[in-house]
Amino acid sequence: MEAIAHLLHDTLNAGTVLAFAALGMLINERSGVVNLGAEGMMLVAAIAGFATGVHTGSDWLAFAAGAGAGALLAAIFGVLVIWLNTNQYATGLALSLFGTGFSAFAGIKYTQEKLSERPHFEIPGLADLPLVGPALFKQHPMVYAAIALTVALAWFLYRSRSGLVLRAVGESPESAHALGYPVRRIRLLAVVIGGALCGISGAYLSVVYTPLWVEGMVAGKGWIALALTTFATWRPARVLLGAYLFGGVTMLELFLQNQGVEVASQFLSMLPYLATIVVLVLISRNATFIRVNMPASIGKPFFPGG
Amino acid sequence: MLKLEVRPQPSKLMSMASPLLALAVTVVLGTILFALLGKDPLRGLYIFLIEPVKSLYALNELAIKATPLLLIALGLAVCFRSNVWNIGAEGQYILGAIFASGVAMQATPSTGGWFVIAVLLAGVVGGMLWAGIVALLRDRFNANEILVSLMLVYVAGFVLNYLVYGPWKDPAGYNFPQTITFLKSTQVPKLFTGFRVNAGVIVALVAVLLFWVLLFRTYAGFQLQVGGLAPAAARYAGFSSRRALWTALLLSGAMAGLAGGLEIAGPLGQLTPYVPAGYGFAAIIVAFVGRLHPVGIVFSAILMSMFYIGGELAQSRLGLPKSLTGVFQGLLLFTLLAADTLIHYRVRWKSAPHAVAPAAPATPVLGAPSQKGA
Repeated sequence: MEAIAHLLHDTLNAGTVLAFAALGMLINERSGVVNLGAEGMMLVAAIAGFATGVHTGSDWLAFAAGAGAGALLAAIFGVLVIWLNTNQYATGLALSLFGTGFSAFAGIKYTQEKLSERPHFEIPGLADLPLVGPALFKQHPMVYAAIALTVALAWFLYRSRSGLVLRAVGESPESAHALGYPVRRIRLLAVVIGGALCGISGAYLSVVYTPLWVEGMVAGKGWIALALTTFATWRPARVLLGAYLFGGVTMLELFLQNQGVEVASQFLSMLPYLATIVVLVLISRNATFIRVNMPASIGKPFFPGG
Repeated sequence: MLKLEVRPQPSKLMSMASPLLALAVTVVLGTILFALLGKDPLRGLYIFLIEPVKSLYALNELAIKATPLLLIALGLAVCFRSNVWNIGAEGQYILGAIFASGVAMQATPSTGGWFVIAVLLAGVVGGMLWAGIVALLRDRFNANEILVSLMLVYVAGFVLNYLVYGPWKDPAGYNFPQTITFLKSTQVPKLFTGFRVNAGVIVALVAVLLFWVLLFRTYAGFQLQVGGLAPAAARYAGFSSRRALWTALLLSGAMAGLAGGLEIAGPLGQLTPYVPAGYGFAAIIVAFVGRLHPVGIVFSAILMSMFYIGGELAQSRLGLPKSLTGVFQGLLLFTLLAADTLIHYRVRWKSAPHAVAPAAPATPVLGAPSQKGA
């Protein structure tokens, strides 16, 4: 019982990291821009958040720093891709490579550092319920924030005017432009917000999930988040569920090790990555399904004025 | 204000100048970075740009570093030209090293010197196998090759880890995660006594020639390029996109695997957890900076090697972290992509558009026909 409650708790925890990043990428891709730099942004945000946490002792400032770092990198990416029309995939890759190198460089002094005593959060009363209590009500506020964000994003995309405009820009920027909407500015806004969310995800990783800094600690979660957006067919609720699913797979590794399963640890560590491949294969099989749900202008450069 | 204007034709001059422009901007940014870190910028630049080419020994080290970058980038150039985004070259490099090690471990003191060929071939097979998985999943299930190849990089890392910590660990190695040091018969012969550079450099240069011929003098190469530049035209011409996919991935996997094999049969001499040195990712930058052209790639591989060696020197001489190399490499790619805009666009100084009042009522349009002698 205890073990299962723990597993659930950790699944939500791990899933939150992916959720923020994937939701950010969802906003990005809904506007038609693919930002492959998620991994780089998360790494830089992780070190920015960790360093801020070490120096100021404030978690919230750390989150702000992470969001800021992500937004800044995304803005640079956005200007290159939206105004200079550089290849979105190559530029995103460049961002990832840069972010990997820069975070390793900036993080050198922080590998032995520790954050202040980590607070324990719990909702009084509800936290004492059996099973559900520890699983659902002893979480960091950001876990609830991720759920709230999903709901808000779903409402925004499907029930608000601005969400409609965003989706329009993603489906047909030419039409949106013809209607007078500032396509490039909307895309930049989407990219920057997406970057900020990736930044929050990175900061959450280094400040809450594993409160330390190690070079490369994001370990591919940025890429998994990108894959997640695709197999959740760009819908917020599905993204959140997918994020928890993958969080669960990651936790399974530790759970199985604790239970003394006789498999070499490396094979268990491979699980999240193999799972990503498997799900990708399953979803992609039906190319029409993907095409129908994908924002039509993803990856394509937009030239106002023809 | 500055405006970007589409050029009627892509500029050939900028095509070749943009990598240089990108390098110049990177150097400037690097100077600022050195100054911010409290180090003498000129000294920093000297260490990164001059020292790696200053002496024969330095050149020899440069060649050793450039070989794997060159080989992998050649394969990636074919891939990117065909619009196949193989980002997982690092994983293919690791598998190449693993397969090469597996064969190298079979050598006994009585094995002949020809054995190194088997080691290298094993590397090629390993890389091709890993890339083949990506090709299969893309071909049969339409799975995005960027994500699959990347996930496989992490998987490859774990496979390597498992092997060197487990079944392949040298029993006499004091419990360090490493295989035995491979015998001399598995090693590529060195070119000059006293220097570490080996025949791998020759292999790389031959590869440059072969790839140039493939891309620019064969029908197959032509098909690959058209497939990337104008997929609809390629389909119309009957070029098989499926064959292009497999060719591109197997070829780049083979090259990455060969690079891994050469490292095992050369500078490394054994399998350790430190085999993944990021060459697979750096090679992406090498390929782009080299304009996806075999000759350009030679130069950009040399440039990237200078960054690697410069980073190592900066660590020992200036006390800067080695990861500085990664920062420069990323910066270079960024600036290159930005500079590439100038190939297709001109920068023009345009005055801000002001609202133009309608010159005259609409009637003149209707009135004009009388002039045409209706």
